[in-house]
Amino acid sequence: MSSRRRHPLAPYAVVVGGLLLTGIGYAAVTAAGDASASPARITQSAQIAQGHAIFLEECATCHGQFAQGTPGVAPSLIGVGAAAVDFQTSTGRMPAKEPSAENDRKPPELNPQEIAAVAAYIESLGGGPTIPTSAQVSQRGANPGFGQQLFVADCAQCHNFDGAGGALTYGKFAPPLTKSTPTQIFEAMLTGPEAMPVFNNTTITPQEKRDIIAYIVQTRQEPNPGGFSLGRIGPVTEGLVAFLGLLLAMVFAAMWITAKHRKIPNE
Amino acid sequence: MSIDKALSGTGSWLDDRLHGAKGLRTFFRKIFPDHWTFLLGEIALYSFIILLLTGTFLALFFKPSMTEVVYHGSYIKLDGVHMSEAYASTLNISFDVRGGLLMRQIHHWAADLFVAAILAHMLRIFFTGAYRKPREINWLIGLVLFTLSLLEGLFGYSLPDDLLSGAGLRITQGVLQSIPIVGTYLSFFLFGGQYPGTDIIPRLYILHVLLIPGLFMALIGAHLFIMFHQKHTQMPGKGRTNQNVVGAPMYPYFMAKTGAFFFFTFAVLALAATFAQINPVWLYGPYNPLAISAGSQPDFYMGFLEGALRIMPPWQWVVFGHTFAFNVFIPALLPLGGIMTAAALWPFLEQWITGDKNEHHVNDRPRNAPTRTALGMAAVSFYGVLWAEGANDVLAQHFNVPLYTITWIARFAVFLVPIFTYIITKRICLGLQRKDLHLIQHGVETGIVRQLPSGGFIEETRPLDEEELAALGRPVALALPSGEGGAEAEVPAPDMRGGLGRVKARLNKIVNESVPIDEHGANGHGANGHGANGHGANGHSATAEDHAAVSSGSDDEG
Ligand code: HEC
Ligand code: HEC
Ligand code: HEM
Repeated sequence: MSSRRRHPLAPYAVVVGGLLLTGIGYAAVTAAGDASASPARITQSAQIAQGHAIFLEECATCHGQFAQGTPGVAPSLIGVGAAAVDFQTSTGRMPAKEPSAENDRKPPELNPQEIAAVAAYIESLGGGPTIPTSAQVSQRGANPGFGQQLFVADCAQCHNFDGAGGALTYGKFAPPLTKSTPTQIFEAMLTGPEAMPVFNNTTITPQEKRDIIAYIVQTRQEPNPGGFSLGRIGPVTEGLVAFLGLLLAMVFAAMWITAKHRKIPNE
Repeated sequence: MSIDKALSGTGSWLDDRLHGAKGLRTFFRKIFPDHWTFLLGEIALYSFIILLLTGTFLALFFKPSMTEVVYHGSYIKLDGVHMSEAYASTLNISFDVRGGLLMRQIHHWAADLFVAAILAHMLRIFFTGAYRKPREINWLIGLVLFTLSLLEGLFGYSLPDDLLSGAGLRITQGVLQSIPIVGTYLSFFLFGGQYPGTDIIPRLYILHVLLIPGLFMALIGAHLFIMFHQKHTQMPGKGRTNQNVVGAPMYPYFMAKTGAFFFFTFAVLALAATFAQINPVWLYGPYNPLAISAGSQPDFYMGFLEGALRIMPPWQWVVFGHTFAFNVFIPALLPLGGIMTAAALWPFLEQWITGDKNEHHVNDRPRNAPTRTALGMAAVSFYGVLWAEGANDVLAQHFNVPLYTITWIARFAVFLVPIFTYIITKRICLGLQRKDLHLIQHGVETGIVRQLPSGGFIEETRPLDEEELAALGRPVALALPSGEGGAEAEVPAPDMRGGLGRVKARLNKIVNESVPIDEHGANGHGANGHGANGHGANGHSATAEDHAAVSSGSDDEG
């Protein structure tokens, strides 16, 4: 029976022991973290410094010495996050050549390593959305059918039903999504470039973003079972083909068939 | 056994029973003119036959139902998506029915070609004046057929219940609703309640595969029968008069040609359907009433209505608590209604203006009826502006022009372009007439160059031969020195008096504006001297008679 009775101090011993264990564990973990982090921190700050240098050279003329923005020229970049920088520079939109209504997609001017540096620099200024990991944009297990419905509900009014792009008001355009990488699609939703609204992770959950990405990528990759696609922009090109192709072919046939005259012994 | 024998064998077998030989003989001996524009209607006819055939195939597999199903077919991308049975069965036709996609594509291309051919055919009839007495009824039937083809196409386009066709339906419903007073009831009636409801697809289906095709067949039958009975018109030419038709007899020449032409139509459509994708509904996704896509477009034949909607400023008036959606009602009904009403009235209006009550079996060359041609071209350009505006977003995107700029340009262009087109076309016609006149007066250049004694060179010309002269289709009688100086008669004809009469006289002057043959004769009457009055209430359109008269050697005024 006595063996079942606890010592009155036993609870305290347990608590102290637990605390000790936790403390040691914590120390061990943080020590280990520190040990592996210190070189990383050095490289990280080196990266930020490199990013800063590139920024001063390429971007500061418009976005300001401290990325604070220049009124009437370019917006502040504080808090826009690494995702915005990665999107803008990897799609070649930034560094912009001149302030215009809209910056088009171009071959990127900065290489991936420079982009990472500038992104790290801008992130160090005030956080913001980060660049998605490859798992976040993976199509494995994503549901393109559901993505289609989300796309139609949230994106098609600007980007067209299959991502062919479309005209917006006031001379703006929603670009075709034929070249955007999964990462860029994710970042576009997260940062809402230009006239595009922001779709943060509560409006469209990360899982739904993957569905949308899967839909966009699969749609543009899928072959056209019916023949030439005619641009996949709907009935306008079809109408042109009907007139300039089919009707004209038939008219030529009619000319040819009636041109063959015969002397007919009638009348 | 020769085909001829087989035919006459079958013929006499049938004749013994049906006594149809006489009818058959007239049928076989019916004369068809050999001019390519006379085959435009045939393109429409053959496309329609192909529509019937492919449509019947589609109807075997299409399920006109809006019951919601979950898709599990072979188009993996949409696996598990909720959609209507109509859309699911269209996917099935496209991906799981053998030859289904080809049939869908032939059907759709044929629909496009059908309407395009009808348009071209109508323009041919209009510009050559082939609608004139006694063919007014066929002209009216043709207008009904054209309107039906728009409806038939719209309903067919709506059947698959995809995103774009749903957008089209939504617009249809908006147009219905915009009709003052009865609009809402009409919409409730068609949709069986609130939009979109579950009745619309089955209803459109019955309209599309049964009612309208039935009407089509009845009207096409009547159209062809009347054409057959009245015989074809023909372009002006030697020996072609209002009393005859020059061409090839139905059997065997025309039969062979038209048979070949049917296979041409089929071949062109089959090729198009094999190589060019049309209406890929799987890319559009199932209809979702809450979503609207950029680039939502109707088929081309509805494009001008779409343009009319897009061009209209957003005007809505509230009168006595009713909202009158003029921004929808006016553009939806005015352009089409206006063009169709004008087209229906025109033959009678022209008769009234010219006072020409004669039958016409020889057509006008468009240049020889400058006002009619100019009016027609103005209508075409009006249609064209609206059509382009219907695709304003596509134009904006592909030519990098702001969307609203296009709309604003179109808002002016829709009024200005037809006016300019009218003026320019008339000029061109008169210019071409002058060219003809030059040929008549100075002959054709032979290409033989001769050196003059003075050292200069001239090119030899020869006068037009009879055939060439006839093909010009000029009102030859006008070439006579206009002895009937009555052109400037002091006392107006009785029906030219009074207010309406003066309007008529003015219109008459405009309609008859032509280059007089004796332009160089420098006499009193100007460009319209002949037509306006005196002998010429039908001065210009007397062409055909004059011509007939000439070939019979008299100089009757017709
Ligand atoms: C010629 C002037 C110019 C230069 C140079 C330029 N930018 Fe920009 N940048 C702009 C303008 C204008 C905008 C706003 C328009 C837009 O959002 O596309 C902008 C927007 C951005 C944005 C999006 C901000 C947001 O709110 O999402 C980012 C990120 C950006 N720039 C990064 C850069 C980087 C990085 C560089 C240098 C590599 C750079 N820019 C160079 C003019 C410039
Ligand atoms: C209001 C219109 C609008 C909507 C809605 C919209 N976008 Fe955009 N999108 C734009 C515009 C405008 C741009 C071009 C921005 C620029 O050039 O800086 C753009 C750019 C993009 C790009 C970059 C394209 C490139 O060049 O690589 C992607 C990817 C993208 N959008 C995806 C989406 C997705 C996914 C959705 C739906 C969740 C969506 N967009 C919804 C207007 C829109
Ligand atoms: C009796 C004749 C016809 C029948 C039985 C018929 C039947 C059908 C059926 C079942 C469909 C839906 C299936 C599908 O879309 O895949 C369809 C679609 C369609 N029909 Fe018809 N049709 C006929 C005539 C016409 C005519 C005369 C026109 C043109 C003016 C026309 C234009 C269309 C169009 C544009 C579609 C949509 C095609 C698509 O999905 O791409 N049809 N028709």
